[in-house]
Amino acid sequence: MNVTDTLALLPLLSLAGTAVVVLLGIAVKRSLKLTAGLTLTGLAASFLSVCAVAPLVPRQVTSLLLIDRYALFYLGLIIASAAAVAVLSYQYFAKHDGQREELYLLLVLATLGCGVLVTSVHFASFLLGLEILSVSLYGMVAYFTDRGQGLEAGIKYLILASASAAFLLFGMALIYADTGTMAFSSIRDLFLDRSNLALLLPGIALSVTGIGFKLGVVPFHLWTPDVYEGAPAPMSAFVATTSKTAVVALLLRFLAAGTQQSAAVYLLFSVIAVASMCAGNLLALRQNNVKRILAYSSIAHFGYILVAFLAGTTLMAGAVAFYLVAYTVTILAAFGIITVLSTSEADAADLEEYRGLFWRMPVLASIFTAVLLSLAGIPATMGFVGKFYILASGANAAAWPLIIVLVLTSVIGLFYYLRIVVTLFSTAPEGRFSMQRLEWGSAFVLGGLAALLIWFGVYPAPLLNLIRATIGGLN
Amino acid sequence: MILIFLIAILLLGGIVAGISARWSAQLSRWISLAAIAVDLVLVAHIWAGRSLNASKAWHDEVDWNWIPSFGIHFHLAVDGLSFLMLILTFFLGIVAVLCSWTEIREKIGFFHFNLMWVLAGIVSVFLAMDLFLFYFAWELMLIPMYFLIVIWGHERRAYAATKFFLFTQCSGLLMLIAILALYFMHHQSTGVYTFEYSELLGTTLSRGAELAIMLGFFVAFAVKLPVVPLHSWLPDAHTEAPTAGSVILAGLLLKTGGYGLLRFVIPLFPRAAHQFTPVALALAVIGIIYGAVMAFSQTDLKRLVAYTSVSHLGFVLLGIFSWNPLALQGAIMTMICHGLSTGALFVLVGGLQERMHTRDLNRMGGLWTVVPGLSASALFFSLASLGLPGLGDFVGEFLVLLGSYKVSVALTVLATLGILASTFYALRMMQRAFFGPNTNSWRLPDLTPREGLIMTVMILGLLWLGFYPQPVLNTFAPAIDNLQREVSMPAAALRRQP
Repeated sequence: MNVTDTLALLPLLSLAGTAVVVLLGIAVKRSLKLTAGLTLTGLAASFLSVCAVAPLVPRQVTSLLLIDRYALFYLGLIIASAAAVAVLSYQYFAKHDGQREELYLLLVLATLGCGVLVTSVHFASFLLGLEILSVSLYGMVAYFTDRGQGLEAGIKYLILASASAAFLLFGMALIYADTGTMAFSSIRDLFLDRSNLALLLPGIALSVTGIGFKLGVVPFHLWTPDVYEGAPAPMSAFVATTSKTAVVALLLRFLAAGTQQSAAVYLLFSVIAVASMCAGNLLALRQNNVKRILAYSSIAHFGYILVAFLAGTTLMAGAVAFYLVAYTVTILAAFGIITVLSTSEADAADLEEYRGLFWRMPVLASIFTAVLLSLAGIPATMGFVGKFYILASGANAAAWPLIIVLVLTSVIGLFYYLRIVVTLFSTAPEGRFSMQRLEWGSAFVLGGLAALLIWFGVYPAPLLNLIRATIGGLN
Repeated sequence: MILIFLIAILLLGGIVAGISARWSAQLSRWISLAAIAVDLVLVAHIWAGRSLNASKAWHDEVDWNWIPSFGIHFHLAVDGLSFLMLILTFFLGIVAVLCSWTEIREKIGFFHFNLMWVLAGIVSVFLAMDLFLFYFAWELMLIPMYFLIVIWGHERRAYAATKFFLFTQCSGLLMLIAILALYFMHHQSTGVYTFEYSELLGTTLSRGAELAIMLGFFVAFAVKLPVVPLHSWLPDAHTEAPTAGSVILAGLLLKTGGYGLLRFVIPLFPRAAHQFTPVALALAVIGIIYGAVMAFSQTDLKRLVAYTSVSHLGFVLLGIFSWNPLALQGAIMTMICHGLSTGALFVLVGGLQERMHTRDLNRMGGLWTVVPGLSASALFFSLASLGLPGLGDFVGEFLVLLGSYKVSVALTVLATLGILASTFYALRMMQRAFFGPNTNSWRLPDLTPREGLIMTVMILGLLWLGFYPQPVLNTFAPAIDNLQREVSMPAAALRRQP
């Protein structure tokens, strides 16, 4: 490992460094403001380093990590979303007493785990990244030890995540037994070889368990609603966006070749995609809790992403990347609004708390409406361009059954998004609601996210060009 | 460039009207009115300054790169057909603002914002010549419409609005898939990625693919038009919407369906459309008769008028799929006249509801002596609706029947029965609401000068269209010629009995 390799690792190194600095900072002086400031500075530094190392890539650093433009794109996305979560957390946790500063430590560590995941091309780094992420998430989900729901969610996540990690390890062992190496590229070679799939297919099936769990797709979705509901709102945002983005980025590296080369793998993912789209949208219909609705809708959205993943044409990587950006922006804004409306006693999760929000806080409710329309894939929002891209890649691959399922289930999805919109715009009895003060930080984040949501929904060309330059798109 | 202004003025006008209501509700109304009026003048200006060179397909156009990596352009263009639709849009837009002058008392700024934005969406639909842009506008116009129904609607507004949105969104997504399929198949045969209308014309498709893609488009337009099995959102949405919403729904949104069939379905997929003709014609006749029968059995006045739309728009479908010059002229005439006559009926029903707080026919009766002006207007538009010669609707439906007679005698006879049935429902409505004894002793104010103005202009319009439709026919004649040239559907083949 020479100097250039080290330089290429700079984004990950600065994330690790941030964790150390935050830890020491808390030891010296316990102050939420200071800790948040240190975290944001560190995240900003690593984001800048992502841009700075762009000329050096692609670069294989040891056999574990590959820093290429693809990894840098997702690193940028992860770090940016983590920064948004950090700002929202400040507004959220400033209302609470107690030891809140360590939360930022966990947040930075989890981001580091995500960073390792998107750069990894090897089972060892895959598992390392996944565990750094998971262990931090346990703490983040159950951060309020005095809230029963939070603890329940944390323990549920702990048990299920450990179990799925065990499956994943076993799957890796089987693949290793078959190939004799732990690099992802070996899987591709083996599929092309087509000689000995007896151990490889079970191995892949088991590792899909681990990946599917993190994505929260059916049938590994059972934790999603409880964790989304129980975790503090900004932490739910992190679970929903940053961690899932990282795992999707890894999945593409890990198995993109597999779906095209093996009918069995294709079938496996088709079943997961269809089940996720149907179950996610149908289960959300009867919910009255906004966080749970978002949880079920995220199950469906990762079903949509798998459709693009399965299409596997030249459009695939671009479609997935765009959809992830759109999804991240949208979900961060959604949880941002929940965060802003939450009180120190409880999160603003009940649908009733949103009744008539438009007539009390028009700007906030307008942003929320844009978010919901984006989730539903209505034009002039990023969600529409993302869905268009996915449909385009599916149509390009002539995957008609999957596309039809996507369209029909997303109409079901529209139904519960509209239910929230109706609530936002209905008339509410006066005086029942406490007005929350909006910190300038979260106001800035929410405004920025809303602007991105609309701007890239109306004029997506700059983002599409960026994705094409880094990941490869249409041509 | 003017085409951009048409849309931008509405969008900006909506924002300004929305904000200005903070200070003065009246200001908000006047700003909306002014913005639409300016658009009306602008579009007339385009028309006056058009080049008479027949070889040019578009009178004015704007073509910008939008999303180059997908070959998507921001392409707006106007021909005779679009022009008429625009005039209708701005005219009914003014009517919609005027008729909600006193009806809407709450959240006035946001109301006008939505009203202007739905008009902007409709204008974009009539101008879009890039299929992606078309879909974009097609979906975008739903959202303000949805808000108009869900916020200012009547009793079951949330149900009606959601149903409306789900129907149109589901069919719209099917159209999006069809658009994408066409896009990729065009790329397969030519190597070019484009959503441009004029380039996609004449794409070589296999028979099966053409039929499937055509159906994707057809379903989206059939839901809007509406064609009968897909119509069930319409009575609810029309009934629950505020008056302005009903006027825009009936007068304009339904026309986007007819416009889509004319502009996209048949020119893009002539063979498949031809194959599908028997089914479409049968659906049209079913719609005509079904709408009339349902209208006859309603007691809710607004619902009654809504069902008459189903019946009238059946004639549009009949005319479009007969695909000969007479029938096409008739279809477009029917679209325009239906916009005026049904729009006016909704204004009248809205006026009645504002006065009586009911739409129930059973509670009305004897209103002629109470509100003579309003009753006389209602009589006029009912007669227009039942197809009285001398009024616009008659011209449209008569031309459609003339055209469809060449294609199928049997279906034409059945469709004529629909006109007969329209006499029953129109006269029943008049009799129940306005004649007979005033059993409930209603005492109501007659038409205000504002309403009187709306009615006078619409009456004059219908009379003009009825007695001297030639200028209108001339306006869209070149557009029809172009469409027919592009399609070159063998007339002899069409003449076969379905």
